[in-house]
Amino acid sequence: MLMQRVFQKPTKASLYRKQIVYEIDSLGLGSFGIITIISVFMGAVITLQTASNIDSALIPAYTVGFTTRQSVILEFSPTIIALILAGKVGSNIASEIGTMRVSEQIDALEIMGINSASYIIVPKIIAAVFINPFLVIWSMFIGVFGGYLVAMLSSVISTTDYVYGIQFEFDPFGVTYALIKTVVFAFIITSIPSYYGYYVKGGALEVGSASTKGVVSSSIVILITNYIITQLILI
Amino acid sequence: MIEVKNISKSFDGKKVLDDINVTFAQGKTNLIIGASGSGKSVLTKCMVGLIEPDSGSVLFHDQNFTKMSVDERKDVRKEIGMLFQGGALFDSQTVEENIMFPLKMHGKMSVKEMTERVDFCLERVNLEGAHKKYPAEISGGMQKRVGIARAIALKPKYLFCDEPNSGLDPKTSILIDNLIKEITEEYQITTIVVTHDMNSVLQIGEKIMFIHQGRKHWEGDKNSIVKTTNQELSELVFASELMQKLRDA
Ligand SMILES: Nc1ncnc2c1ncn2[C@@H]1O[C@H](COP(=O)(O)OP(=O)(O)OP(=O)(O)O)[C@@H](O)[C@H]1O
Ligand SMILES: [Mg+2]
Repeated sequence: MLMQRVFQKPTKASLYRKQIVYEIDSLGLGSFGIITIISVFMGAVITLQTASNIDSALIPAYTVGFTTRQSVILEFSPTIIALILAGKVGSNIASEIGTMRVSEQIDALEIMGINSASYIIVPKIIAAVFINPFLVIWSMFIGVFGGYLVAMLSSVISTTDYVYGIQFEFDPFGVTYALIKTVVFAFIITSIPSYYGYYVKGGALEVGSASTKGVVSSSIVILITNYIITQLILI
Repeated sequence: MIEVKNISKSFDGKKVLDDINVTFAQGKTNLIIGASGSGKSVLTKCMVGLIEPDSGSVLFHDQNFTKMSVDERKDVRKEIGMLFQGGALFDSQTVEENIMFPLKMHGKMSVKEMTERVDFCLERVNLEGAHKKYPAEISGGMQKRVGIARAIALKPKYLFCDEPNSGLDPKTSILIDNLIKEITEEYQITTIVVTHDMNSVLQIGEKIMFIHQGRKHWEGDKNSIVKTTNQELSELVFASELMQKLRDA
């Protein structure tokens, strides 16, 4: 129902463009810092964990780099980052739209003859679908770099082995798979909280609970979708 | 002219509007008065389709708004200016952007014309110089006035004001009342003002409808209202000591 209203013909293209640029800035670039921090630490921890769990001489040392790269590209960057964004961006979206609802701003848009669902939600979806792949690619680099830092700063693995490992049997399809997931997750992260925000009834209290529901539902949907996509694409 | 015919509306089994029939005249300030919770805001929202009435219809210049398709409604709404009870300003936009918003959406003006129109509207509500402020940075009364400026920006044919002067000091209040009356006459707008401010009633009440517990109880103008014999209406009108003195004098 909501999606049908969302994708009806837009009211005025130029205003949409302005909104999209605004949303790219607030939804995408606003998350840049947190993604960088999380990625570097996760990459580092994966490297440490793998290295400390391998103590057989039969397993070559470069396996650590290989494992770090695979985990970061296939699961960590697309899925964990999506979950974190579901929390950050999702709650932001649900409460912003919910506040617009309870303070009659959505009614005000409707009265001006504007399709409010489309005007508010479409720019958010487009912005996230566009910018999230860049965030995830950035996260991949930073995650792998986090592992490199471990190799450099500690003695668990040499940098040469690590660098060899992260290049070992590299299959670009892994990145494609990750980006497909990212785009689907971007849609989930923006559309589900939008739905909860748009249909808020009441006041500030209900806006808060809509925000929580938006985050919880989108996280669960991300996990289920992740399973389905993985099954479809990789198996 | 707007005609309301047999409008009823219930929320969760509780009747909020009960068979309302009323006509609002063009070029006049039409008032809807009533106690808090009597259904005034719900009635105005039913009229513009923000709330779907359970039954009845609303006619804008003989066109049945209630039966219209989404696109047809949009065309009518472009001619409606509405001030919401809480102002409903877009809080991500400055005062200037708020007022310019409907102009950008529907007007075919150049940037220069739009800026001039914004200046003009802000001047009419006594808010020159507030252009760059955000709604959160101005007082509730100022937000109301920006709301009025936004509502009249596109020179609407129909103007709805839900409590335009609640939260305003008496002087600004009269200024807003006079502004509404002036533009109503000047552009021959069908104006509907929701209020429970007796000053406004006596100032601009050319046509008054009294609503009590969702039913229309009385209809008249500012001259007949002070002579009313309707029990519920007198309670509202003569609630204040000042009004009682006025009556006794
Ligand atoms: N969306 C809604 N859902 C359920 N009940 C509602 C809704 N909107 C209004 N009501 C109820 O309808 C009744 C009339 O509300 P309304 O807002 O029209 O009052 P009002 O006359 O505008 O009062 P006030 O002068 O305080 O603004 C109230 O009892 C209110 O609780
Ligand atoms: Mg009200």
